[in-house]
Amino acid sequence: MLQIKNLHAGVEDKDILKGIDLHVKPGEVHAIMGPNGSGKSTFASVIAGKEEFEVHEGEILLDGEDILELDPEERAHRGVFLSFQYPVEIPGVTVTNFIKTAINETRKSKGLEDMPASDMLKMIKEKADLLEIDRKFLSRSLNEGFSGGEKKRNEIFQMAMMEPKLAILDETDSGLDIDALKIVANGVNKLRGPENSVIVITHYQRLLDYIVPDFVHVLMDGKIVKSGTKELAYELEEKGYDWIKEEVKA
Amino acid sequence: MSLKEKLISSYLAFEDYLDHDSPIHDLRNHAIKIFENNGFPSKKEEAWKYTSLNALLKEDYSIFPKKESGIDFKDVKRFFLHEIDTYKIVFVDGVYSSFLSATTHDGMDICLLSAALSKDKYKPVIENYFNKVAKEESLTSLNTAFAKEGAYIYIPQHKEVEKPVEIINFYTGSEAALMLQPRNLIIVGENAHIQIIERHQSLSENPVLTNAVTEIFAEKRAYLDYYKIQNDLPTASLIDSTYIKQERDSVCSMHTFSFGSKLIRNNLNFYQQGEHCNSIMKGVTILEDKQHVDHNTLVLHKAPNCESHQDYKGIYDDQSTGVFNGKIYVEKDAQKLDAFQQNNNILISDKATINSKPQLEIFADDVKCSHGCTIGQLDEEALFYLRSRGIGSKEARALLMYAFANNVLESVKIPELKKRINKLIAKKIGVSLGFDL
Repeated sequence: MLQIKNLHAGVEDKDILKGIDLHVKPGEVHAIMGPNGSGKSTFASVIAGKEEFEVHEGEILLDGEDILELDPEERAHRGVFLSFQYPVEIPGVTVTNFIKTAINETRKSKGLEDMPASDMLKMIKEKADLLEIDRKFLSRSLNEGFSGGEKKRNEIFQMAMMEPKLAILDETDSGLDIDALKIVANGVNKLRGPENSVIVITHYQRLLDYIVPDFVHVLMDGKIVKSGTKELAYELEEKGYDWIKEEVKA
Repeated sequence: MSLKEKLISSYLAFEDYLDHDSPIHDLRNHAIKIFENNGFPSKKEEAWKYTSLNALLKEDYSIFPKKESGIDFKDVKRFFLHEIDTYKIVFVDGVYSSFLSATTHDGMDICLLSAALSKDKYKPVIENYFNKVAKEESLTSLNTAFAKEGAYIYIPQHKEVEKPVEIINFYTGSEAALMLQPRNLIIVGENAHIQIIERHQSLSENPVLTNAVTEIFAEKRAYLDYYKIQNDLPTASLIDSTYIKQERDSVCSMHTFSFGSKLIRNNLNFYQQGEHCNSIMKGVTILEDKQHVDHNTLVLHKAPNCESHQDYKGIYDDQSTGVFNGKIYVEKDAQKLDAFQQNNNILISDKATINSKPQLEIFADDVKCSHGCTIGQLDEEALFYLRSRGIGSKEARALLMYAFANNVLESVKIPELKKRINKLIAKKIGVSLGFDL
């Protein structure tokens, strides 16, 4: 599904990501953990195609196709979804109108007609129920005045609507209380299937109790310094990151 | 002969056939002298620093259209808010069109200024209100000198006007170039409510220069919503001066939507006379090519416990230029005031310009006055957010511009009008969005 080879990327000449290799197979969930400033969010943004970052070296292959030259919208059309750490407020556009536009633009890119309004409404209702989102919320302006938790739930709602092949969740757990966390995790788990992969970027192990990863990677100073299974996440929770730093030095 | 000379000599001929007993005869003579002394404003004047009329004044305008032109309703239907029933006061080349209008005298007057100026029964109203709030400024005085036609609206106390009033000025292009001086007088009585929509619309590309003046008197507890749709052809220019006098507890709102025309100058003046007045000014300006729009607002706060809210948004493409000059003047008795002014602008092109100038003069010591002004490009983070959801770059930009402008529409109280403006905005931005406007 996703194959990243020796990825170096950053702003201007400076590398923030310093040679990342990652292979995500269909149906797998990978967690990426790491201390602040290790490059986690940059990694997520680079996969989604944020133009602020330049890729200096390496490849990102999605189903064997190099996507580095593709615009963010083209990557979205191929099934990449990024759940933002800080979703942007867009006053004047309702959640419903936004998601309709996103879905129909994606369909258009595949030569499909707009989704019939009745199907769209049905799907919106179904996904909103799944994430326990109040219907009133859908006619509010996108993210405007939303609490941190509402913003994150709205991201996962969008994800559920777009049904991506590869979902990247950038610190989706921040700003969520435990109940909201369970709802969000449930939404993500519903998406999991043999053809869908998830990359969960997080600081804490807690989210991984609910979205159980197949692999855990530790990102430090722009490199994956350690990989393991979900037990690694518990170890990190317990011991912090310093022991890995020592290990890397040695 | 310059336009100024032509206007003055035309005035002499015009004055000849006027009713000399008219209560406003002396006003006209006084007004033309003000214009004669001051002429057209130049960029040397602070209030006109960023707006030059020079290019407009070179045209050889007809001052009085020679022939009457009829137009068919079906050809102009789209300029009306035809989905709903409205009162209509319609002028074609400055002449009242009874055929296109729907006026009333049933418990209120929604009719013509020419009738009000000539009939005895209106004399007391004219004497009390006509030219009583308009400034003795050169262009307004020019209009006063030539004022003979426009809308006359008198709503007596406690009357709620059940449907909106449309004031529409059509220009047929029957003259090679035309200058007009429409004059509106609107009196909203105590506790009366009214909604008014005004537009100027050219039907041909022959240049037209409109120097319009509207005087509005909102009595105690009166409620007025006024909407100006400025979406004329690129050959039309408009100088629009509006003077609103508010008595205590009145609420007046003015929405100005400026999408078309070559040059527009809006002089919008609110004079709050009593306590608990609320004045609301909102505007959306979307320009392209070499269009120019200048918003000049003034709110004069005289009494305590009042409010004013200004929110102007502008999107400027190509070599278009915008001006926002908002003045809030707080007299020493206007304590406990809440005055808010905001002007946000997006420049789409490197060659577009906006000059934004807030001016606050405060002589009271217990007031809340705030103002903010932003000039920027579209937010890159927001663009990335939309694009990461599969929305193409062009559509994402359009969506953000639409969202930026749309915010002002929330306070439009006539749903059909809101829908119409929505469509105009989407069209102006040049994109069809994936949802119904």
